[in-house]
Amino acid sequence: MLEVRDVHTHYGHIEALKGVSLDVRRGEIVTIIGANGAGKTTLLMTICGDPRASSGRIVFDGEDITDLPTWDIVRRGIAHAPEGRRIFPRMTVLENLRMGATVNGEKDFEKDVEQVFALFPRLRERLHQRGGTLSGGEQQMLCIGRALMARPKLLLLDEPSLGLAPNLVQQIFRAIVEINRTRGLTILLVEQNAYQALRIAHRGYVLATGEVVLEGTGRELLANPEVRAAYLEGGR
Amino acid sequence: MSTRATRARSGLAAGRFDAARALREAGLAAFVAFVLFLPLVGFELVGGEGRLGLEYRFDWVLIGTAAVFVGHFLISLIRAVRGPARRAQGDAGPIAHFFTVHATWFGVAGVVIAFVLPWTPFGNRYVVDVATTLLIYVMLGWGLNIVVGLAGLLDLGYVAFYAVGAYSYALFAQWFGLGFWECLPIAGVLAAMAGILLGFPVLRLRGDYLAIVTLGFGEIIRIILLNWYEVTRGPNGISGIPRPTLFGLEFARYSSDGMTFHEFFGIQYDSHHRVVFLYYLILLLALITNWFVLRIRRLPLGRAWEALREDEIACRALGINPTNTKLTAFALGAMFGGFAGSFFATRQGFVSPESFTFIESATILAIVVLGGMGSQLGVVLAAAVIVLLPEFGREFEQFRMLLFGAAMVGIMVWRPRGLMAFREPTVLLHARGRGEEAPR
Repeated sequence: MLEVRDVHTHYGHIEALKGVSLDVRRGEIVTIIGANGAGKTTLLMTICGDPRASSGRIVFDGEDITDLPTWDIVRRGIAHAPEGRRIFPRMTVLENLRMGATVNGEKDFEKDVEQVFALFPRLRERLHQRGGTLSGGEQQMLCIGRALMARPKLLLLDEPSLGLAPNLVQQIFRAIVEINRTRGLTILLVEQNAYQALRIAHRGYVLATGEVVLEGTGRELLANPEVRAAYLEGGR
Repeated sequence: MSTRATRARSGLAAGRFDAARALREAGLAAFVAFVLFLPLVGFELVGGEGRLGLEYRFDWVLIGTAAVFVGHFLISLIRAVRGPARRAQGDAGPIAHFFTVHATWFGVAGVVIAFVLPWTPFGNRYVVDVATTLLIYVMLGWGLNIVVGLAGLLDLGYVAFYAVGAYSYALFAQWFGLGFWECLPIAGVLAAMAGILLGFPVLRLRGDYLAIVTLGFGEIIRIILLNWYEVTRGPNGISGIPRPTLFGLEFARYSSDGMTFHEFFGIQYDSHHRVVFLYYLILLLALITNWFVLRIRRLPLGRAWEALREDEIACRALGINPTNTKLTAFALGAMFGGFAGSFFATRQGFVSPESFTFIESATILAIVVLGGMGSQLGVVLAAAVIVLLPEFGREFEQFRMLLFGAAMVGIMVWRPRGLMAFREPTVLLHARGRGEEAPR
């Protein structure tokens, strides 16, 4: 569904991605793990066209999207729940969700909202509260919910567990699995919390200093001694 | 144990009045006041005997400094007695809360009062004239509110579009003999195009940088008007701009061609008719602007503007095209500025670059900011403060602007997010009795 082929990305003279290739197949949860500054977020952003890949190809659903503007890429069915959540702080929860639906012309808005509320009942209680007044976990739920409102074919999640209490992390990850199982939605998940991410992922890639150093199924990577040493021991 | 002791002490200090600290702060304020008053109040230039003389008024300096000292001390005392100041963030306070809850009613009442104003006993020519000026600023405020309040693009050159509107009517009337109603849409379109022209180079800019470029744009337009003598007659301006007609009826004693208003209705000629007509015209234009903005806020485009103000990166991640969104904000905001400009030209019958200086941009921006960015009712209240206060202040003569400045500072101290900082949500689910009404 998504093919990334030998993608290089530069910030000025600094090469953040040094020829990354990966595949995401329909219906999978694929995770990218790695340390700080490994290029995980850059990879997701590059798939969205901002920053643009300086070389290489990104193909989505058989179409080359490497040079499309961000908003056009999103319109083709890739939803992005960005790092740091990026909720609209002065807009209400409902308005935030509505913004997510802009892409599909806001058809069946109320039905889609109900589905998001079924996934995250907490959001229903906060319906008319301003986004900026939500707690971190609620903001993350809203961020994922907002991305789902676009009815994407592929969902990109950037560190959904960042800064959340352990029980909230559990809740978010359960929701991600549920979205994947019940809707068959394909998910590309970037995480620092390698243990949680690999447990739910079908496949995973380990990124280090802009390169893929390991790949395999979630279970393989969890068992891999190098991965355990670098990302799991003492982590959790 | 020691931490508990400090906490207890600081807790005590918060409740009790710290006289030494208040005296120290009052002393500092008095010192600043003294430094300011010394040249401002202390010296007076007196003319006479063919040359300028200098007089000293150090007694006044001392009185002023003492007043600041005592005043500052009293404010500290009052604060200590009333307890810690209420947090200005978010907390509306009882009066503002009352206004926000009943905003619709205030809106309706305002419109009704505006409609009957010329027929009330105190609706004399002066009052209607001032009200017309007020409505021009309200309309400009609502127009700029699209750009600054909704889309969050700080525009310091809004007067440029006002000028484009005014000059397009003046020039089309002069060169092609077009009337007000033909020129109104032309002025709107030209101003919108000017808006897009400004929009393109500043698409990537935000905040301070954007403000500087828009400031420059405002000046460029004014300087073009000033120097393109063959077309605009430069600083002399354009006079004899035709007055608007009511379906072809002129507001004049004698008509050059066709009928006049008083002949058609068989009433006595009265110059007051035109003043009232102009008043209703701007009222109509302003209400159209308001209706448009209220409507578009609920449409995807308006929501995209607000989302863009909040977070541009998130907008792009949601498939919103920021280029188009910004350009439409600039274009539509400019269009209403252009309409208002055309009305200004027809009302004055004369335009010159002098009417379109930076101070106008600053005034309109002040209206939007004081009103509480994005609030329609807030714009009306702020425009009322800014236009009417100098009028009421006429009795105070030279202290008029001092009063005006003090009022502006006062608003920003007590209502730092504007008079009406409350934002009305634009999306509600069709209520199904699950407690989904909007809060408050």
